[in-house]
Amino acid sequence: MDTNLKSKLMKYMAGNFTCREIAQLVTDYLDGSLTLGERVRFQLHLGLCFACRNYLRQMKYTIALLRQWPPEPVPPHVKEELLKRFRTWKQRPPQSSGKPGTD
Amino acid sequence: MLNHFFFLPRGHGIRQIESAWIKYVLCPRPLIVTVGLRIIPHSDVRVSLYYLGSTISLSPLTVHDALNLDEPGLVQALQAGDERVFAAVMDWYSGSLLRLAMSYVPSRAVAEEVVQETWMGVLEGIHRFESRSSFKTWLFRILTNRAKTRGIRESRYESFGLSVSSTDADEGHSTEDSLFVAEGSRTGHWIDPPLAWEPDTPERVLLSKECRAAIEHAIGNLPVTQRQVMTLRDIEGVSSEEVCNILEISETNQRVLLHRARTKVRRELAPYIQGGKM
Repeated sequence: MDTNLKSKLMKYMAGNFTCREIAQLVTDYLDGSLTLGERVRFQLHLGLCFACRNYLRQMKYTIALLRQWPPEPVPPHVKEELLKRFRTWKQRPPQSSGKPGTD
Repeated sequence: MLNHFFFLPRGHGIRQIESAWIKYVLCPRPLIVTVGLRIIPHSDVRVSLYYLGSTISLSPLTVHDALNLDEPGLVQALQAGDERVFAAVMDWYSGSLLRLAMSYVPSRAVAEEVVQETWMGVLEGIHRFESRSSFKTWLFRILTNRAKTRGIRESRYESFGLSVSSTDADEGHSTEDSLFVAEGSRTGHWIDPPLAWEPDTPERVLLSKECRAAIEHAIGNLPVTQRQVMTLRDIEGVSSEEVCNILEISETNQRVLLHRARTKVRRELAPYIQGGKM
């Protein structure tokens, strides 16, 4: 699309969000924290701007990658030690514990 | 085995990924799809379904699903000293706790100790747990309290953590600014419009060592609070409300930190995914 025409369309049809603003609002958009008006303007801009559509997809992809990150392995000796302490704790009456837990 | 239901619009397909199994479906009309999940013992099952290139994340399984216990049931079982439940809960959360602890303290060994201390804290406090917050939030709060204390003792948190809010705040309005035209009639437009990334599955991308190293490097270089928010929200899949309670930050602050972190990680990732500059 001709850049000038695109700029005009953005200005008059897409509610004046610039690409920069779109990039700044991506997380708000994905979190659903934009107002209805902002959301509509955001989507109007996306409809007209392939670059911002790509950017949004890249961000979603980045998040998907992080979601698939392998879990942090906890060494077995840590778990065994904790289970041992758990068994000792079980023998004790409940009130004998030390510091209060903040709820 | 657990079933999840979700809505799939007409004409869209989904592919199976990792721990969820599902046949490829192309819908002739809107459908409610059942996804069968295998519960893998001792692992947090996360499910993402790919939906024409974009990702739908189902809410991850919770420890409650895996144990078939609701929240009060879980707390009661722990109070009663049910070792099976304790072992399962510990298995479920320890990896996440460890990852968060590593953002507070200088070494993995110390982080492991913090995780141990956290579970001891759970045992000490479980009889007084009053469900004012969820068990998960309570658990992570014990961890952050102990990790902070420990981090100060190890003198790292003092230099990085406590001053971190100012570091984060001083970072300028946006980390994306350099990507946009700053002056003239094209102000606010992309200098280099982002390209479409090759739609490969995250699993395949994560098999590449360079890519994993790039993400690790990017996360490791984030200011501490950004790293904490990203660890909890994006890696561990904790809800934004819980993240705010765990880290004691406001919803807005949380979103700003998350956004900055994601922006940086995306930028580090770009060269590995599209093989060019971003």
